[in-house]
Amino acid sequence: MGPEFQDLPGRAAPLSSSGDELKEALLGVDRMRAGKIIRDACAAGSPVDCIEGLIIPVLEEIGRDWEQGQVALSQVYISGRICEEVVNTMLPPGSPSRRHRPKIAIAVLEDHHTLGKQIILAVLRAGGYEVIDYGSGVTVDSLVESVIRDRIEILLISTLMLPAALRAREAIARIREAMPEVRVIVGGAPFRFDPALWRETGADAFGCSASETLEAVRMMGGAVWPER
Amino acid sequence: MAGEMTPAERTAAALRFEEPDRVPLFLFFTMYGAKELGLSIREYFSRPEYVAAGQLRLLKKFGGDCVTSFCYAASEVEAWGGEVIFRDDGPPNAGRPPIREADEIEALEVPTVEESPSLLFGLRTIELLKREVGDDVPIIGSVVSPFSLPVIQMGFDAYIDLLYGEPDLFWKLMAKNEEFCVRWANAQFEAGATAVTYADPLASTDMTPLDLYRRTGLVVAKRTIPRIRGDVATGLASARALPVIDDLAGTGSVGVGVSTFDDLAALKRQSAGRLAVIGNLNAIEMCRWTPARAETEVKRAIAAAGPGGGFILSDNHGEIPWQVPGSVLLAISAAVRKWGAYPLEEASL
Repeated sequence: MGPEFQDLPGRAAPLSSSGDELKEALLGVDRMRAGKIIRDACAAGSPVDCIEGLIIPVLEEIGRDWEQGQVALSQVYISGRICEEVVNTMLPPGSPSRRHRPKIAIAVLEDHHTLGKQIILAVLRAGGYEVIDYGSGVTVDSLVESVIRDRIEILLISTLMLPAALRAREAIARIREAMPEVRVIVGGAPFRFDPALWRETGADAFGCSASETLEAVRMMGGAVWPER
Repeated sequence: MAGEMTPAERTAAALRFEEPDRVPLFLFFTMYGAKELGLSIREYFSRPEYVAAGQLRLLKKFGGDCVTSFCYAASEVEAWGGEVIFRDDGPPNAGRPPIREADEIEALEVPTVEESPSLLFGLRTIELLKREVGDDVPIIGSVVSPFSLPVIQMGFDAYIDLLYGEPDLFWKLMAKNEEFCVRWANAQFEAGATAVTYADPLASTDMTPLDLYRRTGLVVAKRTIPRIRGDVATGLASARALPVIDDLAGTGSVGVGVSTFDDLAALKRQSAGRLAVIGNLNAIEMCRWTPARAETEVKRAIAAAGPGGGFILSDNHGEIPWQVPGSVLLAISAAVRKWGAYPLEEASL
């Protein structure tokens, strides 16, 4: 994380009883139970309250547990997918109730391993964000062109192998030339194994996990519904 | 220990949990040989003669204790119809997965080694290496485990969905992958390989919950590894091994490649007498190490896992990145000779 994000991990409050139940259902891949817990807990309030008060804290805790070796990456992915599915029923994609700003996009740079991207997509969408998916195997040229064309405000770059992580530097430099205000978060295995590497890319932050990335997006762009 | 052992003798002693003349050093070079030959990575992987020549030059230059026929993991998925993407500064990578939908698994045909150019390339490399090093230097082959291969066969996210949601199709895919893995591993032994790495990152609890692994990937490993006619070491490709050491020890594996995130001393205690420990220098950070830092890291690893044998110094992933400076590799080689000679000196512990 960049200096402004360094104190993010570990400052979360304990989960509510609904949160504990939801976490257990998600880690057990119990879609039915997870859906029922979310719907029951949210019956009295709006989808927005449900996302902010229940879903995001649970997904953040699962992400932190993965960083500490307490849950597996497959569980992080499945948890995000289940929450995304439930949120989509309450707050369909494209709904005016979702926040479309800041304008966020994600891409897998020069690689076709999409798991990291899919996890981040699921978690951000479960958190009420609209995210443009540029897909996998994206070249530097294509990424620069897309980000400038779409006037992206927060760009998430996912990598798996070292050469792609190193190529992020060129992409970020070229994007900043045209759009100095863009915020960039990089993620992927090379940055986990070399904690100093992300700074060389010129990114604003490194998302070690889905929860860290979500936190960084929230800090960069404000909460999803800042006016509430 | 009187006299200098050959790399093969040194490695064999370590695998028997005896102290050889010094800690063996496995530098797993894949594309790095292209630098030595002045070729592009694509050119280097166009002829087995180049790869064998590169391995031999690197063996001589950096003084490791093995050569490897492994070029890149995508060569296996190439046999299944997948594409390989080359680049100038890193390993060839798997392109779009060949299995686009899970229901294609039923009709999937298991490739034969004889009809897979990418696998024949590997066998020819082994033969060329064997001709040069004989029995003096271990030739390390590689297979991707049946349990982990679907990550590049169908994509990681689609595979997780299969693993959790389509048990029948999952087991059908495992049966096919097991057959492929056994054929491919045994062909490498027949060509002259000394040992084979069974790359199984999904065995790690970083990737798969332990209870699920025990019901799936562990069952697969226990069925597959005993059918392979030679020594097999399980590699977790940078993922943590400690939580599954007892499970891996029951698969028939003789060693385990461990993560830089693992506690090496704890791993050594846990696996003592059952699995040799192979690792765990951080190959990504290695790109920015100085020679002095390299020596410090070698010393640390030897102090943690060297006593009593059963340890091979290596990187934590099974591949030295293109970007690692030669001066760092020379420093690693010098440091293992300085600090890894048995009996280990007090100063290195």
